[in-house]
Amino acid sequence: MATATAPNDLQGGDAPLSFRKPSGSRTVKNALATVYVTVATVLALIPLVWVLWTVVSKGIGLVLTSTWWLQSQRGITPRREGGGAYHAIVGTLEIGLVCALIAVPLGVLGAIFLVEYARGTKASRVVSFTVDILSGIPSIVAALFVYALVITILGFGRSAIAVSLALVLLMLPVVLRSTEEMLKLVPDSLREASYALGVPKWKTILFVVIPTAFGGISTGVMLGLARVMGETAPLLILVSYAVGINFSPTSSTMASLPTMINSSRDVAPGLPGYDRTWAAALTLIIIVMLLNLVARGIARATKLKEK
Amino acid sequence: MTDTTRKPGQDGSTGISTVADPLGHADVDADRRDQTFDETPRELLEAGPAAADPSISPVHDEVARHSPVPVVEHHARPSRSADPDHAVASTGSGVKLASISRTGDLLFGGLTKGTAIVLVLLVAFVGIFLLVLALPSILADQDNFLTSRNWQVSGGDLRFGILGLLWTTVLSSVVALVIAVPVAVGVALSLTQYLPKRVAGPVGFLVELLAAVPSIIFGLWGLIVFGPFLGPIGTWIGDVLGFIPLFALVSDPKSTVFVAGIVLAIMILPIITSISKNVFEQTPRDQIEAALALGATRWEVIRTSVLPYGRSGVISASMLGLGRALGETIAVLIILSQPAPGSPFTPSIFAGGETFASKIANNASEFDTPSKTGAYIAAGLVLFVVTFVVNAAARVVADRGVK
Amino acid sequence: MAKRIDAKNVDIYYGAFHAVQDVSLTVEPRTVTAFIGPSGCGKSTFLRTLNRMHEVIPGAYVKGSVTLDGTDLYAQGVDPVAVRRMVGMVFQRPNPFPSMSIFDNVASGLRLNGVKNKGVLSDAVERSLKAANLWNEVKDRLGRAGMGLSGGQQQRLCIARAIAVEPQVLLMDEPCSALDPISTLAIEDLINELKEQFTVVIVTHNMQQAARVSDRTAFFNLAAQGKPGRLIEVGPTDTIFSNPTEKATEDYITGRFG
Repeated sequence: MATATAPNDLQGGDAPLSFRKPSGSRTVKNALATVYVTVATVLALIPLVWVLWTVVSKGIGLVLTSTWWLQSQRGITPRREGGGAYHAIVGTLEIGLVCALIAVPLGVLGAIFLVEYARGTKASRVVSFTVDILSGIPSIVAALFVYALVITILGFGRSAIAVSLALVLLMLPVVLRSTEEMLKLVPDSLREASYALGVPKWKTILFVVIPTAFGGISTGVMLGLARVMGETAPLLILVSYAVGINFSPTSSTMASLPTMINSSRDVAPGLPGYDRTWAAALTLIIIVMLLNLVARGIARATKLKEK
Repeated sequence: MTDTTRKPGQDGSTGISTVADPLGHADVDADRRDQTFDETPRELLEAGPAAADPSISPVHDEVARHSPVPVVEHHARPSRSADPDHAVASTGSGVKLASISRTGDLLFGGLTKGTAIVLVLLVAFVGIFLLVLALPSILADQDNFLTSRNWQVSGGDLRFGILGLLWTTVLSSVVALVIAVPVAVGVALSLTQYLPKRVAGPVGFLVELLAAVPSIIFGLWGLIVFGPFLGPIGTWIGDVLGFIPLFALVSDPKSTVFVAGIVLAIMILPIITSISKNVFEQTPRDQIEAALALGATRWEVIRTSVLPYGRSGVISASMLGLGRALGETIAVLIILSQPAPGSPFTPSIFAGGETFASKIANNASEFDTPSKTGAYIAAGLVLFVVTFVVNAAARVVADRGVK
Repeated sequence: MAKRIDAKNVDIYYGAFHAVQDVSLTVEPRTVTAFIGPSGCGKSTFLRTLNRMHEVIPGAYVKGSVTLDGTDLYAQGVDPVAVRRMVGMVFQRPNPFPSMSIFDNVASGLRLNGVKNKGVLSDAVERSLKAANLWNEVKDRLGRAGMGLSGGQQQRLCIARAIAVEPQVLLMDEPCSALDPISTLAIEDLINELKEQFTVVIVTHNMQQAARVSDRTAFFNLAAQGKPGRLIEVGPTDTIFSNPTEKATEDYITGRFG
């Protein structure tokens, strides 16, 4: 396209100008590159479609029944039909919520420190570096740390709260980084306008800066929540899967969608338990995707408003 | 009420100081400040114009009233009397400049600072705790912790090492990287250089949606759908290239490092794509136009401007992806077949195996004695260090690229 | 309501950089004083020291004294937050708070300083919007976002916001530089009305504007590139524009300036 105007004879000289295509090998390379990026794009989309198709087609039957959302798996074996994922859905939401209750304030306050109090200082570099480490910590290591601290050293048993604590380590950097980005986007002119009204710094931050960045911050929170709700590793180490309803966060057993899937992953096709595994997978995807879409919706809506 | 400076529209019943500051009213001002008011601003005003001296605006009072800290006046100038109110009065003005409580700022600033300190300590503790709990087991280890491939942690005799875990972890992640990077770069190029904006938006969104799929789902899909699909392909490659140890057919082709690596590739694809896309987007427009003006084809523009500009970004993105792949737990755990204890080591990608993460997660129920737990924590510690190094390298590359 | 500002031997530094040197000047109550001068001459920087807004930038500090009716703004124990309640500011670009409605924008200063009484707030909002000549345009949509207004309306909204807290002095840092001529005219009319209640200090690049709105004019200049900015001359606007003492002032005003 853009190449059509390029004379292939760069020396020019006495030769008449030609607006033909560039030399053969250049055209071929250009075409090959186009093929490459096209194939790559198609390849990248295949897994998404494939995974979603698999999960939806295998799981939709059960997910559309009301019992799925209202009953647990108590007393139900892989060979028996029935039951639902109520226990696991509530467990997943509860663990995520407890995690968010701890991670969001810490993340937002940490970001406020970085942007509003320590911008450009050595302290901010130290904290920033720490957050980088934290965002690279594998979930299994986070789980081991909580195991080491809460269970081995402090002597508590396994519990859903321990899972939430491990997830805090994973959610915290997501919330902190996205909040940090959003706070940086708030123009200094707004802070100055507030200072010029004689408003103290803390009120400026809480009532001018944060509300302005609110959309972006909640997007980060939702994305962080979506990430931790899909996590499995801490659940395997820090709490046992319960087939029944148990919503006490301090109890050593609690169900969750990831562990519900994991516990029945080897059930043979054809058995009712096999369908339930996929239905649980679909339920988890629905929850996580909803969070993602809502997050994106908020991001889009608030971005438009800022213009 | 002799004020001449009312604003139009002011009716005198607002709580805010509506009256000009009559000179010499600072004494009244001082009196009022000594009492602790409980009136609302409106009542304050109704007490009369004198009481509504603007310099004691209800705003100030409100803050002062709720402040646990006594209101501090400035006595900076030695020439002024020690009594702050008289000091102000002596200047003949009602300007009050130090009457605002900073408790809120101190508390809130302290809170954010405290959070930051907690964060730093938290990360330090992660390392310290893992080390403290791992060390006794590492010291009691009869084998060499770094070079042994054994994993015998039950009973009195500890014989374990991380070499086998390290190999599988690195191998599966490298397979993932080798597949994911070219695809991700291709997608990023097509999103930024080829596709029109209204197509690129949705396609980019779909690729990012891939990042939202929980890893347990990828694991399940890899175990039940993708592994069986890929098995024959793996077998075919193994048949052709099996003379190379790396490609020797060893175990069930459905649950090999090869399959796990490709699933990992899918999982890290969105990260690498989105970071690469961001750096490609930032290629300076004039560089691209300069190349176009020289008659470059689209590919030549990419090769001469976009790729060199984005190189460090792509490398850094790949490292971050590698970090993710190294630490991935559940998908690998579900897909990889565990070799029977004592089976000989094979370097092949068509074998099962255990990574650090899958080993730990798979044996969580065995954390019953400190020495056993310590052995697994030691493995976790190594994973922590490896991912830390990879992530740190990614940062260094990215920072260098910025300069 | 309006107060006199006395600046004596003010030197302003940003870290090692000496931005403004030895400025002494008096701003009379209920007048409009214009600061003019070429870019980078320190007029905006100096303006910001009148309500200690320069302290927002790390490393900035001031020598000398600035007094507001005799009270030193830089004395020990003086809280810059308190200073800014007395000395309000309007900025180059309109900067209404995007998360707030028109009403909330105007009320923000009072609200954030602890005023909760609804009647008080709505009276103050109406009064300030009227004073800012914006009331008639927005009275039916006070709940709408402040960002939805035009640039000139936004700037008047910002002025309303600044005067709602009833400052003694209103500082304006090139308030019209981002506005079209019609909005500029509206702001200039407004400045003329505001000086009945406030001491107004305005920084402007536009000499006609200085001539139109100000009673007194201060001309700032740089001795040379990299040298600190200085106050060259200050006096009644008529004098500065018709019969300046300094050659540099005349050169600048007549446009014979680099």
